[in-house]
Formats: sequence, C-alpha cells, structure tokens
Amino acid sequence: MPDPLTPVLTKHWLGPESWTLRHYTELGGYTALRTALDTAPEDLVALVKDAGLRGRGGAGFPTGMKWSFIPQAKPGEEPTGPAAKPKYLVINADEGEPGTCKDTPLMMADPHSLIEGCIITAYAIRAHFCAIYVRGEIVHCIRRLHAAVREAYEAGHLGKDIHGSGFDLDIVVHAGAGAYICGEETALLDSLEGRRGQPRLKPPFPATAGLYAAPTVVNNVETIATVPSIVTGGKDWFRTMGREKSPGPKIYSLSGHVERPGQYEAPLGTTLRQLLELAGGMKDGIPLKFWTPGGSSTPLLTDEHLDVPLDFEGATEAGSMLGTTALMIFNETVSVPWAVMKWTEFYEHESCGKCTPCREGCYWLAGILRRMVDGEGTEADIDTLLDVCDNVLGRSFCALGDGAVSPITSGIRYFRQEFVDLCGAQQRHPEVDRIVELSGASA
Amino acid sequence: MTAASERAPERTSGEQDDLPPVPGGHVRLTIDDRIVDAPKGELIIRTCERLGIVVPRFCDHPLLDPAGACRQCLVEVEMNGRAMPKPQASCTMTVADGMVVKTQMTSAVADKAQQGVMELLLINHPLDCPVCDKGGECPLQNQAMSSGRAESRFVEEKRTFAKPLPISDEVLLDRERCVLCQRCTRFSRQIAGDQFIELLERGAHQQIGTEETAFGEGEDFQSYYSGNTIQICPVGALTSASYRFRSRPFDLVSTPGIGEHDASGAAVRRDWRRGAVQRVLAGDDPDVNEEWIDDKTRFAFRYSQAADRIARPLVRGDDGELVEASWTDALERAAGLLVTARDGTGRRSSQGSTPIGELDPANGRPTGTEEEPGEPKRGVGVLPGGRLTLEDAYAWSKFARVALATDDVDMRARASSAEELDFLAAHVVGQGPEHVSFAALEAAPAVLCVALEPEEESPIVLLRLRKAARTGTAVWHLGQWSTPAVVKTGGHLVRALPGAEPVALDALPDELDAALDLPDAVVLVGERAAEVPGLYDAVGALANRTGARVAWVPRRAGERGALDAGLVPGLLPGGAAVADGDARAALASSWGVPELPATPGRDLTGILRAAADGELAGLVVGGVEVDDLPDPALARAALREADVVVSLEQRRSEVTEYADVVLPVAPVIHKAGTFRNWEGRDRRFATTIDPSGGSAGRVGGTAVITLPDCRVLDTLAVEMDVDLFTQTVEVAGAEFARVSEALAPMRAAANAPFAPSTRANSPLAEETGEPTLRLATWRQLLDGGRLLVDEPELAGTARPPKVRLSAATAARLGLVEDATVGLEGPRGTLHLPVELADLPDDVVWAPARVPQPDGGVVTLAALGLTHGGPVGIAGGRHAHEGSPA
Repeated sequence: MPDPLTPVLTKHWLGPESWTLRHYTELGGYTALRTALDTAPEDLVALVKDAGLRGRGGAGFPTGMKWSFIPQAKPGEEPTGPAAKPKYLVINADEGEPGTCKDTPLMMADPHSLIEGCIITAYAIRAHFCAIYVRGEIVHCIRRLHAAVREAYEAGHLGKDIHGSGFDLDIVVHAGAGAYICGEETALLDSLEGRRGQPRLKPPFPATAGLYAAPTVVNNVETIATVPSIVTGGKDWFRTMGREKSPGPKIYSLSGHVERPGQYEAPLGTTLRQLLELAGGMKDGIPLKFWTPGGSSTPLLTDEHLDVPLDFEGATEAGSMLGTTALMIFNETVSVPWAVMKWTEFYEHESCGKCTPCREGCYWLAGILRRMVDGEGTEADIDTLLDVCDNVLGRSFCALGDGAVSPITSGIRYFRQEFVDLCGAQQRHPEVDRIVELSGASA
Repeated sequence: MTAASERAPERTSGEQDDLPPVPGGHVRLTIDDRIVDAPKGELIIRTCERLGIVVPRFCDHPLLDPAGACRQCLVEVEMNGRAMPKPQASCTMTVADGMVVKTQMTSAVADKAQQGVMELLLINHPLDCPVCDKGGECPLQNQAMSSGRAESRFVEEKRTFAKPLPISDEVLLDRERCVLCQRCTRFSRQIAGDQFIELLERGAHQQIGTEETAFGEGEDFQSYYSGNTIQICPVGALTSASYRFRSRPFDLVSTPGIGEHDASGAAVRRDWRRGAVQRVLAGDDPDVNEEWIDDKTRFAFRYSQAADRIARPLVRGDDGELVEASWTDALERAAGLLVTARDGTGRRSSQGSTPIGELDPANGRPTGTEEEPGEPKRGVGVLPGGRLTLEDAYAWSKFARVALATDDVDMRARASSAEELDFLAAHVVGQGPEHVSFAALEAAPAVLCVALEPEEESPIVLLRLRKAARTGTAVWHLGQWSTPAVVKTGGHLVRALPGAEPVALDALPDELDAALDLPDAVVLVGERAAEVPGLYDAVGALANRTGARVAWVPRRAGERGALDAGLVPGLLPGGAAVADGDARAALASSWGVPELPATPGRDLTGILRAAADGELAGLVVGGVEVDDLPDPALARAALREADVVVSLEQRRSEVTEYADVVLPVAPVIHKAGTFRNWEGRDRRFATTIDPSGGSAGRVGGTAVITLPDCRVLDTLAVEMDVDLFTQTVEVAGAEFARVSEALAPMRAAANAPFAPSTRANSPLAEETGEPTLRLATWRQLLDGGRLLVDEPELAGTARPPKVRLSAATAARLGLVEDATVGLEGPRGTLHLPVELADLPDDVVWAPARVPQPDGGVVTLAALGLTHGGPVGIAGGRHAHEGSPA
C-alpha cells in the first residue's frame, strides 16, 4: 500500500526556520522559477491546464482555464479593450472559512512557495503586479510574508528584469480588515482598491474587469503554492496523485474531536476513514457524529460518509462540497442544533449586508436557532427554518447566503429529531400556528 | 421604447411562424409566454415594464446603475433551452436572443422567491406606517400588498436603532425603516457626485451614515441635491425635516409646476393642502431635469406665506406710513403719480439734492448739485427684476413702452453691461432648445463654462454636465479654483486671474481649443460675464473662431424670458432693436399705438443714476432686492430721490419702504405662466393654488388673493388711459407669441451678425511693487436670498461662507486654515474663515453674498468689492463684526 501521505506543499514545514529564503533555496526552491522563465507564458498556462490543477479555495475551478481567460494581445496586433490594460494577479489569502487553517500555516512555514508560485503565475498571465490579500487577524503571518517578499526582492526574484529574463514583477502584501466577505473574490478586489468590501455585480468578471477594472486572476494561496511543484514535476507526476478530474495533493485540515488534529497532505480523493487513521482516530474513542468536509459552508456529513472520496466530485455526490477541506469533526457529545446555531451566528455576524436574503435571513435564522437552543422553540420553527433557508439559498447576491444555510438544512436533514427534541412539550407558537401554508419547505 | 420595439410582435409563444425579422440592434425573447423584441442591452425589468408586467423592486432605479442588492425582482430565466439554476435579478440581467423569462405571473419559483424576499425585508421593518411620512405612497407598503404574505412568521425581536438620525439639517434617517437598497448612496455617488453618505457596518447592522454619524464628528450630508434621496427612498427611511409629520399623501393635492429658483425650468410637483404648499417634489422630464431637482427648488417655498407677504395694496399716507388701501384707490393714486412723472409735470428737481456718495470728477463735489435749477424731472424708469414669467415680462415690456413711453427698462437686477446687451442680442435672443439644450450638453464632445459656476448658479445644469462628463464629454471650466463643480465634472479647469478671463479665452489650452473646434461643442456663459469687461466679447470671438455653440445661463428664472420680451433697453419684444424704425413701426401698429420710444433707453445703472441725479421723476420696480444690485448705495439714493416709486411686490422689501404705492402681485404658486428656461424652452405651468377657488385655496381661512403682474399692470394702465390687453396670462402669452413671431425677421441678430466689438479689454489694475490681492467672487446657491425665508432646515445645509486663497498666498500673509480674516473693501470689512484652495497666487475668492446671524446679508458689492478688483485682507478679528459702511 502506498504511503497515504503525499507531502508536496507541507514537505518542508518541519525544517528549521523553514520560512527563510535560505532554507527554501537549499531544498531546491526557486528552481521552478528559472525553468518557468525559460518557458513561454502560454506553455505554462497549458501545463497547468493539462496538469488538471483546480482551485483550492473551495469552488475547484480549473486554474489553467482561469488563467487562459485573461485577454492577451495577439502577436503582431495592437491590443485593444481589456487586452490593452495591465494584468493583475491577486492572491486570496483571506482565509476566514470556519475550520479552515491550511493557508495560514502554509504562509507561516513556507511563504516562499507562495511567492515563487506568484512569480510563475504572474509571468504566465503577463502580470507585473501581484497583491497578496491576507486576513488581517493573522499578524504574525503577515510579518513572515513581508519578510519573505523582502528576501525575494533582495535575491532578485522580484523587481525589475528578474534574473535577466526581462520580466518585471512587484508583490504587495495587503492586510484585510477582518471581514469574512472579503474572501469573496470581488469583495476582496473592492477592499483591495480601498472601498467597502462588498461583492460586485458580475458580469463583468475579474478576468476582464477585476482590480482597477483591469484583467485580474484571483487565486487561492494553496493553488498558487502548488504551481512551482507542477513546473518542476510536470503534469504526469502531478496526475499520479488524486483522481482523474481532481488530481494532485491537497492539504486536509483536521480539527475537533480527533487524537492528532492538524494538516495532512494527501492525494485528492482520500476518505475521512483514511484521514482519521492518520490522525490517530477519534479522540478518546468517542464515536464520530458529524463532520464538515470543507468548512461550515459545506453541508455537514455523518458517520455514513466515512468512505466518501474527498475530492470535488466525491463530496458533491455525497450531497456536500469539498470546500476548503477543513474537516471539523464532532463526536457524540455535541448537539447538532447548538453547533448549527454557532455557525449561523457566525454568518449573521459576517453577512456583509448588501442583499436582503443573506442580511435578513441570517439574522432571522440565528434568532430562531438561539430560541430553539434555549428550549423555547416549537416544531413549526423547524419548518420556518427550512423555508427561510429555501428563501435564502440561491436568492442572495453572492455565495455567502448559500453557505450560511448549508449547516441548517443539512443539520435538519440528518438530525431532525434533535431539533424536535429541543422543543419538548412546547406548544406551537400561537403566531406561527396561524400560518398554514409553508410552500417550499423541504428536508 | 424605441420605434422598433413598439412594433414588437405581440404574440404568444405558440405562434412563432410568421414573425417579422428582428429589427437591427434588437433581440427577441419570451416573457411570460409573450414574444417581445427588445433593444440589446436592455434590462429584463425594463422589457417587462414595456409589456405592462410589474416586477416588484426596491433598489432598481432607471437613472441609476444596477445594483442587484434588494433581490426583490427575482424571475426565472431560461437560456438556450436550459433553465438557470437560480432565479435571476431582472434589474441586473440584460435581455438576450432566445431568452425565456418567467416572472411571478407565470413562475411559482419566481413568485415564491419574491414573497420570500418580501418577508425578509419586513422582519426588521417597524410597523410604524401610521406615523410614517411615506405611509400611503410607500413602495414597500404597496409591494408588500402585491408580493407579500399577509402575516409574518417572524416572532423574534426586531433590530432597533435610535431614530430619527439627522444626517443633515434637512434630511432625517430612520435606520429601522431602511431596506438598504442603496438608492440614496448610489444617487449621491453617481448623479450628484457627493460622497457624503455611505453604507456603514455590516449584516443586519448595516446602515446608511455620514462621517458625522460614523465618528461623532465630521461632514454631514452636505449636498445641494440631498432632497432627491428622500424622494427616491422606497421606504420612509429618509424623510424631510421640514415636511416631517406635516400631512398624509392622500390629503394632498398634487399640481405640476416649474421650478422658480433658477433658469433651468425644472419640472416639479407641488403638493399642497389648505392653501399652503407642503412640499415640492421633482417632476419627471427627461428633456430638462430628468427626475432630479436641487434642494433650493425643493425646499424653498414658504416665502409665499411669509409674514411680510402683502395681501392688499398699500399707499403712503400723509404721515409717511404705508397703509392698506382699496385697489381702486391704490391704482388711481399710482396712475396719477406715474402720469405726472412720465410727463414731467410734477415738482421741479430739488436743488442740492442729497449727495449720493459719488464725487463729480470735474469739481470734486457730489454729483447732482450742479443741475440747472428748475429743470423738470421727467420720465419713469422701469426695473422689473429677473424673476418674471414670460407673460408678466411681456406685460411689463408693453407697459413701459406704451403706458410710460420709455425704453428705460432693465430687468437685470445685478451687474450688467452694454457689452452684455450686444452679446445677448447677437447670440441669445430668439434661440431655442434646438440651438443648445440639456441633451446637447450630453451629446457635446466638449463643454466650456465661462463665468458660470453651475452647481451654485444653475444646479440642474451641473447634474447634466456631470452626466455628460461620465459619458465622455470633456467639461471645462474657466475659473479660479477647483470648485466642487469642477471636481464633479472631471476636473478640467482653465485657471484665470479674475478679470483676466478674456485673455485666457484668447489663449486656451490646445486640447480645449481643439475640442471646441469639434462639431456640437458648447460654450455656456453665465450672467457674471458682465462683471468682466471684454468677457462677453471674448466669448463671442471664441464662438466665431471655433464654431462652438453658445448658450447663456442666467441665475434667475425669468431673465431669459424677460430678454425675449424686451425687458432690456434697446430691444423690443421678439428681439428687434429699438433703433430699427421698421420694427418699431410694426410693433406700434400691432399694439395699436401711434409710435414707440425711438431712443434706446438707459440700463439699470443708467436708470438708477438718472433717478438719483434728479433726471428721472419716477421708478416702477418689480421684484428687485437692493442688496443684489451692483451699487446698493446708488439704488437707495435713486429710490430716495425719485418723486414717484411704484412697487409691484409679493412681500415687504427694502424697495417698498421707499414706495409711494405698493401693488401686491401673485407669487408663482398663485398664477399660471411660463418660464422660458436658459435653453429657450417654454415651461408652461398652471396655477398651483387658486386662492379664489374655494376654501381649499384659502390660507388660514383668509383668502389672500393676489393677481399676476400682467393683470395688475393692465389695470394700472387702464387708469392711465392705456390698454395693454394683458388682462389674463393666456391673452398676454398669446399676444407675445404673435408679436414675437411677427418681429422675428427683424431680430437684431438676424440683421447685424455679432462682431466682437472694438472695446478693448479693460486692463487689470496696474501692477505695483507690492503684490496686489485680487478678488474672485460669485454667489453661492443658499445665501440668504429673499425666497429662502422661513426655511431654517434648508439654510442649515448652506455651504459655510469662506475666504479661499492659495497656500502660498496664505503663507505670505501669515494666515492659516480656519483663521478668521477681514475682507476689506472701500466701504467696509467682512470677516470670514480661511480655507486653502488651488487658486492662483494673490487671488482671493469669497462668496458674493453672506447671510448674517441677524437675518441680514452683507454683499461684497456693498463693500465696494468687485470680481477682478483689488481687495484687502486683514487678520485677527472674529467673524461677523464687519458690516458695510
């Protein structure tokens, strides 16, 4: 049996002062950059496309395809429209999804893998400016990034005419101000431009009108940090890991009731059962009750789903999503309505307020859940919860609203009786009782 | 709706066989089983509107960029035969060929989505409709009925906020009612360019706020256009401090009208009850003001009910006091006095008349003392003011020429010049919107504003210039500093020394010169051009040189109409020259009089000087504010010295204090009429409130019945044995139209194309060793004008008067920002705080008119200060100590 772990991104994390340029270089860092600078940009795009790299931020959009959407000047022609504008690369390092903790340790332990990825990506999409938008709360990490960028400049990896290639690139590390919504790429761009972070109307999409209305690639930290390994290892090597449609290694972040929580880098498609074995099993042997495959915005799963292959297709087939592969693992001591309430309070707090369904829906849902957890709910509240979720899902401006209702609908789907039990002998609320029609409620 | 889409096949989707081809630039789609052709790029919600399908919405507004924030307008959409997985916001999605749209009419999914959003909008909305100003005209109320469920399932606690929260003196915010549609913030950002309000906080705590509400100090909602946000707020979140709790929408009578505060002729709607206007709203006229008005037009209407309103004629008694008199007595008295004055049969000029502060250069003694004793005073000068309707202006014009047999008539109650008259006769009289219009500003490749600060002097023009600038027009300003208007329209400023504007026009930046050469380029010139000798000539020369079209934008609502009606010396109604004998003869024959005065008359200053000097025996004065005149002291002397002063006024004023007879005239809401706007577009309006029309029109139970100027003058003329035939607005208007058309071929411009006169540009004050400070000045929109009385909330939104100068000049003078300095003129000093701005060095800008805490005003003119002239700066004292000498 092959080793279930495939450390690529995490390979150097435990080395002494792994975050320094010296350490990174000693272990072969920045060789991919030299290879890349000797390659035509469009060949790099094709390489990443062929390798099958998919975005690690949650949605799994094919990375090479995203890069190829950037309008480029045709050879021998004067560029017009978006192609005539500067291109930008923006790294989404605003890791805020509950349970998610992969990008922060990556940037702490190995910031140069991200920076090298940024340079290669910027070269591939012909960008000369890259911004790394980092979650504002992770101050230590921001300092590491600043130091790493400075080291990269000093080593000639950044700046003008990088290693004599004629390619220029500047990287700016920008700290966010603490809003979950700024992990949404268009809200991130607005925030980066100095505006209030709220999602933008699409179209136009960032590929044609992103940062400062110029063509922009927005990619997740893990995605870009993976790029140097593809350049070095090649697409075939990359495809030895994972599955046909979801190749490559992935950092699975296990948290909660497991013996050894932490980051486990394994091929896409690894199951929770395998990951639990790696992590020493459930803590104190108390059985698993429910878990999230990729943060709280992905519908929760149960012990029935231990063998679901955790890649983009597998998680979707199981009725959830791969998300950020933040596996929050809960044992039998945890009340599902309570956990759902806490998650919903997070979304209530983080809803940006732009659109009605998310802003008002999260407020309402959190209120109902608090009341239910306080023992003052009624069975009708469960129907109301589901119907309000139905009125938020797919009606909100961005995906925040969709994510917000995931824990509730999935929690009720698998653990309805726990919600009913909270109501005890409670009478239906007299006002709620008068509402007879509950169209659209489903579970 | 385009012509093509009007022909849109109105079929059901079952019968697609013999459809006409899709017109160019259009797409064909199906909405609720009906096939429709729509122009490419149209939003689904608009196409639905054209089909009569009302999709509920809050954030959508046809004049604002789409937001997609409220999610109320969700519909189901199929593309290429595949249903989109989520309902789509019809206010953000554009139509596409082959698209199938199902609204709430045909889709259960869309209907439930809309009901769901409505329920969510209402969970935190207070149930205070019974005390909400919006109740009864509230889109949320209405759409809750059409698209919501009758009962809420929400039993949690509603989110509450302290309310109301003033975001300016005029606008109050109720954050509980706000549905966060962002119409107000988008209006302010996109249309007005005023970024004073913004979203704050997030989630359910998200709210509209200002720097002041966010941080406890800072800027509030300092926009001249703030009232529009109240009007477009789809709930009762933004309310007007002056209208709050005044009435219910269903108790109001709504009458369309025309804005009376500036020369744009904005469409407005006046809502009134019990004889009093309660509020003014923007009307919808895409050709003129679109759906916007400025706050002055919106909030300044209580002047017609001011305590000093004149209800009955006043006649000065033997004791020197004005007492109420019957119309019969007052008219008889006025007529008698005017006939005497006209014919010079009154008392002889008094010897040694009061000096008026001006010295005769010949002998160093006050003028007016060297007249031949016994020379009879003769003639009456006519100063109608610049706020008349076209019909009233025509009556004044005819009254002057027929009843008073004089051409001494000038409606320009402001700085004016003979050069201006030449310019107006050549470029402005008789022009209509086909020459330059609001739409032409949008279409122009470039617009240059000369002596015009549009936001302060014609705020609707600023909105259109901003819209133009946002869509590619290069908007340039010839001025002294980057005013808000300059910034809002793209920041193109040609910085000229005040008084040296003509020189600057002769040597414009190449970029601008080239832009003005393009077809359809426009030059807008303001009335202030008269303050700079040579500037009107330079504008005319620029127009001749570049081919740019010129339009004149005066400040007051009536000036353009009055110009066409001949209320200036030397021009007859219709624009023919007084000196043109044929025109005179034609008009005389049309009027049925033997002859008309043949000599071009005196202008404003000439009339005032002649009256002060004892040459003119009488003055007939309309809505003229002495402080607005270039030389208030001269005006006071003229009013004092004239034997006869007849005043036609709405309210007691400084002029009525000098008047022998005061004849009350109707404010704009009590009469019908026409304002001819700066485009030359006739903006007709009907009577808003007819005080004689039953109890609804009475004020406080007592009918204050006043008549339009044309009727008063007609009756007065009858007492002078002259018939004006202007007894009604309709008759006066019809006769003016007839006369104007008849005289059009004899229009001065037609006969004598404008040639820049040979007048030399007046040299700037001689440079001496010491750098001389030079004044730049114009009026601010809200500066304590007569029509702003009794509007404390509006006054609270006025821009604080400040002295502006460059950092270098401030440093040279040892001044710092916010320091109070004295602005020194020959006749007094005014104290104002300093603000640094990008003026040329050694230039000082200050507002031309500064309201004082005691209710009075100080004008720079009264201090003897003029635009382009020298000014002194003294530091050290506190504000408001200064007053004119």
